Amino acid sequence: MTSTSVQSPSQASRRTAPLSAGSTLRRRRRSPRAVLLTVAGFIVAFVFASPYLVMLLDALRPSGEVLATPPRLLPKVWTLDAFVDVVSDPVFRGWLSTSLIVSVTSTVLVMLVAIPAAYFTARFRFRGRGLFLMLIIVTQMFAPTSLVVGIYREFYDWGLVNTYTSLILTDAAFNIAFALWILQGFFAAIPAEVEEAAVLDGAGRMRTLLQVMLPLTLPGVVTAITFTFIATWNEYVVALTLMQDESKKPLTVGISSYVTAYQQNWSDLFAASLIAIVPVVILFALIEKHLVGGLTAGAVK
Amino acid sequence: MARVLTDAPSGTRLAPARAPKPSIGGRASGPAPSSRRGRRRGANEASGWQALLWLSPALLLIAAIVIYPAITLFSTSFSEYSITGIRKGDAGFANYAGFLSSPDLPKVVLNTGIWVVAVVAITILIGLALAQFLSKDFWGRRVVRWAVIVPWAAALVITSQLFRLLFDYYHGTINAVLLALHVIPKPIDFLGNPPLLMASMILVGVYVSLPFTAYLFVAGLSAIPTDVYEAARIDGASPWQIYTTITLPLLRPAMLIAVVLNMIYVFNSFPIIWIMNGSNPGFGNDTLITYMYKIAFKSAQHDVGVAAAAGVFNVIVILIAVIVYVRLTRTRAENPS
Repeated sequence: MTSTSVQSPSQASRRTAPLSAGSTLRRRRRSPRAVLLTVAGFIVAFVFASPYLVMLLDALRPSGEVLATPPRLLPKVWTLDAFVDVVSDPVFRGWLSTSLIVSVTSTVLVMLVAIPAAYFTARFRFRGRGLFLMLIIVTQMFAPTSLVVGIYREFYDWGLVNTYTSLILTDAAFNIAFALWILQGFFAAIPAEVEEAAVLDGAGRMRTLLQVMLPLTLPGVVTAITFTFIATWNEYVVALTLMQDESKKPLTVGISSYVTAYQQNWSDLFAASLIAIVPVVILFALIEKHLVGGLTAGAVK
Repeated sequence: MARVLTDAPSGTRLAPARAPKPSIGGRASGPAPSSRRGRRRGANEASGWQALLWLSPALLLIAAIVIYPAITLFSTSFSEYSITGIRKGDAGFANYAGFLSSPDLPKVVLNTGIWVVAVVAITILIGLALAQFLSKDFWGRRVVRWAVIVPWAAALVITSQLFRLLFDYYHGTINAVLLALHVIPKPIDFLGNPPLLMASMILVGVYVSLPFTAYLFVAGLSAIPTDVYEAARIDGASPWQIYTTITLPLLRPAMLIAVVLNMIYVFNSFPIIWIMNGSNPGFGNDTLITYMYKIAFKSAQHDVGVAAAAGVFNVIVILIAVIVYVRLTRTRAENPS
C-alpha cells in the first residue's frame, strides 16, 4: 500500500496541473460562488492558523500577563521582551545549535544514503528489490516511538547516550523511507534515454547520477531535503530519551523547561516556539506546490 | 496517484490496492508490457552485487538503527533488569506476564482504542471535505493552503504545549471565548476531567493529522481524470451521485494509504498525550505508547524488561490492526455489496 506510491509522486504532481488550470472554474472567478469560496477559504485558514496567532500574541506580552485572569485577547502591553530574553539566553542558544547540528547532519546523511538507493531502485530491476522496498516500509511502520526502549538500550550499551551521534543516526535511519520514496518518484520520471546518452559518452553510473540526474531532479531533491530537515527538526521522543544533558537537548525538548511545576514562563516558551516553528513553516510553504506529488509516499508526522 | 494504483501493471509499481495480494511491501508486479508514458523502458536488469553496492549505505544504517534495536527490544523483553538497567538474567515470559496482568492495562487499551479510532475516523471525514475544498480554484487558495500546512510543519510537542495553555482552566483562550460568547456559565476543566481530556486530545490529534490527510486526498482527487466527471455530468448525475459513485471509489487507493498511515502515526503518537496529560498522575489517561514510556523511563517501576515487553506488544498490536484493515478493504473491494 504505502509502497504503491513509490513511483507516483512525479506523476501525481504532473496531474495537479490541470486542476489549477481548470478553465471552467477560472471563468467563474468573480461569480458570487467564487466570492463565497474565498470567504470560506479564509475561515478555514483562520481555523488552522488561529492557535498559532494566540501563540504569537502571548509571545508579545509580558510573561505575567499571559496568566492574567480573565485572559485578554490582545496584549495590554506590547513587548519583544520574551524574544530578547530567549535569544540572549545561552541555554536556549545551546538547544538551537543542537537542533541545527542534528538536523543538518542527519539530513545530509539521509541524502547520502537515500539518493543512490532511490536512483538504483528507480532504474534497475534486481533480485531482492521487492525485499528492499519492504524493508523500507517496515522502518516507517516501526516508528522510533515503538522502538524507543530498544534504541535506548542499544546506545546505552554502546555508551552513546547523550551524544549527537546517537540522535543523528536515529533521525537519519527513520527518515530514509520518506526521502527515498520522494526521490524515487522523481528519478523514475526522467526518461532513461537522457542518461543513456551520458553513459554512452563514457560517464560512469555515479557520475551520471551526480551530473545528469541530480540537476534534472532538483525540485525532487529539494523537496526531499526539506521534508527530512523538518522531520528531524521536529523530532521529540528520541531526543527526550537520549539527550538528558541540558546543554545537549534540541529545541523541542529544551523549551519545555520554560513551563514547569516551578516556573511558568509562557511568553518565553512561545517566543522560543515561534523561533523554532517559523523557519520550518516558511520552508514548508516554499515546497507546498510539490507536496501533492511528493507526499503520497508517507508522512512527516 | 489513485490512477497509478488502479491502472494495473505499470512497471514496477506495486500491486494495486485491489489486487489479490495488496502486500504492504513493495513487490514489483512484474515487468511492464508498456507503460503509459514509456518511462520504464530504461529499467534494466542489474546483478545483486551491483545492487548491494548502491543500497549498502541505506541498508547499513537501517540494520544498525532500526533492525538492531528491534532485536534488542525483543531480547530485552525476555530479560530481567535491575532498576538501574543492569541485566540480571533471563526472565522467560515474566515480563509479558507482568505487563499483561497489570491492573492499568484494560483502561490503557480502551484509551488507545478510543484515541486511534476517533482521531483516524474524524480526520478522514473532515480530510475528505477539506481536500474537496482545497482542490477548488478560488482567489486566495494559496494562502489558505499555507495556513492549512502550519500544524503539519510545526513540531507536535510545541503544538501540544500551545493547546495545553489554550485548554487551561484559568487562563485558557478556549474557556475565555466560550465564556464571552455565553456558551458556558463557568470555565470547563478540559485537562483535569478524563472524558474531556480525551476529547481535547482527540481534537488536537485531528487538528495535526488533517493537513497531511487532506493533501493525500488532494493528490488522489487530482489523479482522477476530468473527462469522467464530464461524462457523468452529461448523463445528468447529481453532484452527490457523482461524489459517491465516481469520486469515492476512485479515491479508494488514497483512502487505504490515508487510513493505514494515520493508524500508524496516531497509534505511535506521543507528544500530544505526553504533554496534555502531563499534569495528571497515574495511567488513567495514557495510551499504550505513553504507558510503555512511563514504565521504561518515568514511573517508580523503571522496569526496562516490562517496558520492552510492552514495546513488543505495541508493535504486534499495530501490525495486526493494519493487516486487519487492509484485509477488510480487500474483501470489500473484491465482493462489492
